[in-house]
Amino acid sequence: MDLDIVELSRLQFAMTAMYHFLFVPLTLGLSILVAIMETVYVMTNRPIWRQMTKFWGSLFGINFVLGVATGITMEFQFGMNWSYYSHYVGDVFGAPLAIEGLMAFFMEATFVGLFFFGWDKLSKTAHCVVTWLVAIGSNFSALWILIANGWMQHPVGAVFNPDTMRMEMSSFYEVLFNTVAQAKFVHTVSAGYVTASVFVLGVSAWYLLKGRHIDLAKRSITIAASFGLASALSVVVLGDESGYDAGLNQKMKMAAIEAMWETEPAPASFTLFGIPDQEDRETHYAIKIPWVMGLIGTRSLTEQIPGIDDLVEEAHQKIRSGLVAYDALMTIREQRDATPQAVRDTFEAHSDDLGHALLLMRYVEDPRQATEAQITQAANDTVPMVFPIFWGFRVMVGLGFLFIATMAFFFWRSSFKGQTYPRWALRIAVIMIPAPWIAAEMGWIVAEYGRQPWTVDGILPTALSVSRLSVGDLLITIALFATFYTVLFIVEMGLMLKYIRKGPVQDVEETEAWTRKHERRLRSAGSDDLMTTPAE
Amino acid sequence: MVLFELIDYDTLRVIWWLLLGVLLIGFAMTDGFDMGVGALLPFLGKTDLERRVIINTVGPVWEGNQVWFILGGGAIFAAWPPLYAVSFSGFYLAMFLVLAALILRPVAFKYRSKREAETWRSGWDWALFVGGAVPALVFGVAVGNVLRGVPFELTPELIPMYPGSALGKLFGLLNPFALLCGVVSLSMLLTHGAAWLSLKTEGAIAARARKIGQKTGLVTIGAYALAGLCLAFFVTGYSIVGDVPADGPSNPHYIEVARGGTWLSAYLARPWIIIAPLLGFAGMWMTVQGLKAGREVSTLLWSKLGIFGAISSVGLTIFPFLLPSTLDPTSSLTVWDASSSHKTLFIMLVATVIFMPLILAYTAWVYSVLWGKVTEQDVTENSHSVY
Ligand code: HDD
Ligand code: HEM
Ligand code: HEM
Repeated sequence: MDLDIVELSRLQFAMTAMYHFLFVPLTLGLSILVAIMETVYVMTNRPIWRQMTKFWGSLFGINFVLGVATGITMEFQFGMNWSYYSHYVGDVFGAPLAIEGLMAFFMEATFVGLFFFGWDKLSKTAHCVVTWLVAIGSNFSALWILIANGWMQHPVGAVFNPDTMRMEMSSFYEVLFNTVAQAKFVHTVSAGYVTASVFVLGVSAWYLLKGRHIDLAKRSITIAASFGLASALSVVVLGDESGYDAGLNQKMKMAAIEAMWETEPAPASFTLFGIPDQEDRETHYAIKIPWVMGLIGTRSLTEQIPGIDDLVEEAHQKIRSGLVAYDALMTIREQRDATPQAVRDTFEAHSDDLGHALLLMRYVEDPRQATEAQITQAANDTVPMVFPIFWGFRVMVGLGFLFIATMAFFFWRSSFKGQTYPRWALRIAVIMIPAPWIAAEMGWIVAEYGRQPWTVDGILPTALSVSRLSVGDLLITIALFATFYTVLFIVEMGLMLKYIRKGPVQDVEETEAWTRKHERRLRSAGSDDLMTTPAE
Repeated sequence: MVLFELIDYDTLRVIWWLLLGVLLIGFAMTDGFDMGVGALLPFLGKTDLERRVIINTVGPVWEGNQVWFILGGGAIFAAWPPLYAVSFSGFYLAMFLVLAALILRPVAFKYRSKREAETWRSGWDWALFVGGAVPALVFGVAVGNVLRGVPFELTPELIPMYPGSALGKLFGLLNPFALLCGVVSLSMLLTHGAAWLSLKTEGAIAARARKIGQKTGLVTIGAYALAGLCLAFFVTGYSIVGDVPADGPSNPHYIEVARGGTWLSAYLARPWIIIAPLLGFAGMWMTVQGLKAGREVSTLLWSKLGIFGAISSVGLTIFPFLLPSTLDPTSSLTVWDASSSHKTLFIMLVATVIFMPLILAYTAWVYSVLWGKVTEQDVTENSHSVY
């Protein structure tokens, strides 16, 4: 097997997926924030809320379109670059992807046109419903794609069919209600809400610092801080759920997150800092907090989390059992219907480990011919690169707590301190804008890198999944994707900044007329809406 | 008995073959005019205002239309995994071209109006041209190659293999017959775009659209007829050897295939399928007549009929083949050996039956909200909110 193809295909997938996920989280969160703003408009009729909806909506649009454009690549890339993967698991994996199109993409894409073009053609309420449909559509799409991705992490509800040489669906219900998928969905969607809240907060804080668009900025901060606080809390709580699921189902990933080379007596400690060393299987300069890891990973004080060395030993056993399955499979393939029942039974008994035998195909054409050294090598391959996973996780978690603190602060100032914000806090809010993107990309690195060497955990090795393209094919597309995506990114950032600088199209006359009309009522209600004091 | 066995495996396979057709035809009928409009843009719009009018005829709808394409990909993945695996990796660089064009298009629609500068706008105009013309051409070329067969083989583990260098494979796709098919699809979608513009615009733009549409319509008819003749007399056909277990396991190696004769044999074996190309010709001809006479709604409908006829004629000709292989005919993918499992097909059918009517209903509602012509006045008045 030509390893270059494997590495290049991985590079290309990682590149395009991580790029796609630059736009996804903002779409997920901003669509909801915009829908909330418009709902307030429909309920209160105040023009300022419509202006807010339109302003944040225009930024949403600039981002959304690149989410769509880069998503198209994703949809076809499995077939283009991962053709054996597509054949091997398409029967299971294709279904959620297709349902995503039927249920989610059609909805968001059809209504997003009306969101932008329908202001004069629809009643206020109808337009607001359309906005909600866009938001719901986006979130449904996250649900289905994460069911698909969750299945790759924890493949339930599927069995291998020797006749068709692939995994086939045995229970759609199990695929749908896969605990890993559910945990991923809520964690990822909350991450999107945090992203949008931090974005709206940061941009509004910048306006306050500049003394511009005070009305819009203050209201936006109030919404972003309350929504953001709730989401930041849920992203952490639900992240803990993801960690628990990883501990249950992907023990190797858990051990890598922790750089836990040897099994520790329960409850395991959490390594706050350290430099994992893959060669020596050791973590240098480790600073440990007792008990915490055991609590996160197992939610108990007595259960053990297995270390990497023990898991490699386990992989050894599985490879041997997988070889029995592979041998039976070859007989079935030759004799088809004439295969003796005993051989089929042997296959059934060992088929769960078939994937482990396939790990050997990186080294030998026929796994049954593998030497002891090659088996050891394959078992060692089941250890992912620890360093990026260990540190990716710590960056994500650290930022998670930072978001809670920031959002809590702004929420407190907006609810109890008359919407006044110290300048240093506003500056921090502006600086924080890129942070949620960093956290989310780190999250994907933990999840996907931690799954290596598998594309489908325990079932199909990455090295086998790729299309047998030529290195030339891949170099051409990688170079073109890189150029193309870089240009688009620059154009997008330019437009974002231009529209943020330009600010909302505020219809001052309309706003003032409304305020005059309702002045008395606002006074008597003690509302501070009339104040336009700049930031402290 | 289990629920999914309510419908036989072979019946489900035929249903999914039909649904595949529905998706491809739905894509060509809806996103087809978006692509046609994009490709015509630099030639029909003389001023910036005219171009904005043209773009805004599809502004609110192209995004929903494009989902037909995405869903096409998803549905092939779910219902015909081997086809998804073999075709997209086999047409690797051609697929990349399509993707690049289709990535450019959304961005161009959205970003063009965001700055005033002339270079900025004319740059995106050409991006819209590429985003429309390239996919329209490549899809036709791909269909041509499917009809001829594609050089791939499946190993015993069913790993798809395609010998040859990257560029060699790309240029291999550009044979004369496939290029002819590319001309058919490009001119067909240009005509479709012209029919759309004659409905949605007025005055000079509509007049230009009608004029150009008549020409591309005649090109379509000529090229389609020529491609039909080639298919009947020169392009080598494929056939299944022996009895077919139509509900057997989806393993292409289980069904033997021979290469020989021409696709004319399909019309001899199932003469009724001639109705598809006849509908195609009728639709194309009436579109040209409609453009000439200045009819609006009916012309667009005739154009849709032409597309329906042309695409279904391809499917019916090669049935039950999905993707024949020149290299190893037995590796060819057919309706009987390249589907998902019985259960998955059933589940996906249930999902389609639930969601497809909903999709059609809300899409129809959106079009009805947007009904009417786009005028220069609309664009100037809403200069900030439209494209
Ligand atoms: C957690 C959420 C999430 C994740 C992990 C992915 N996507 Fe995505 N995708 C979205 C969330 C999303 C979205 C929020 O729904 C987008 C972003 C912008 C948009 O229009 O919808 C979207 C757009 C989008 C589109 C364009 C849809 C349209 O035209 O409306 C396609 C085809 C895909 N995605 C496909 C994929 C594939 C094949 C993925 C797997 C590798 C993937 N996405 C990962
Ligand atoms: C959009 C957010 C995503 C990001 C940022 C992301 C990130 C990554 C990264 C970094 C890799 C490379 C891993 C490596 O090479 O070691 C990868 C590989 C991969 N991911 Fe994801 N991923 C995302 C979503 C998904 C989803 C939703 C799926 C499935 C539906 C998926 C399926 C895959 C596959 C098939 C590979 C290639 C095989 C492999 O290297 O394991 N990814 N992804
Ligand atoms: C204390 C806080 C957090 C914890 C404990 C946590 C935990 C986790 C874990 C264990 C995973 C891997 C799941 C897997 O292997 O499948 C993960 C993935 C991920 N995290 Fe976090 N996380 C936290 C905060 C955040 C924050 C703040 C963000 C972004 C704003 C974020 C975004 C993501 C994303 C996008 C993924 C990949 C998708 C997924 O696998 O669910 N996380 N997180």
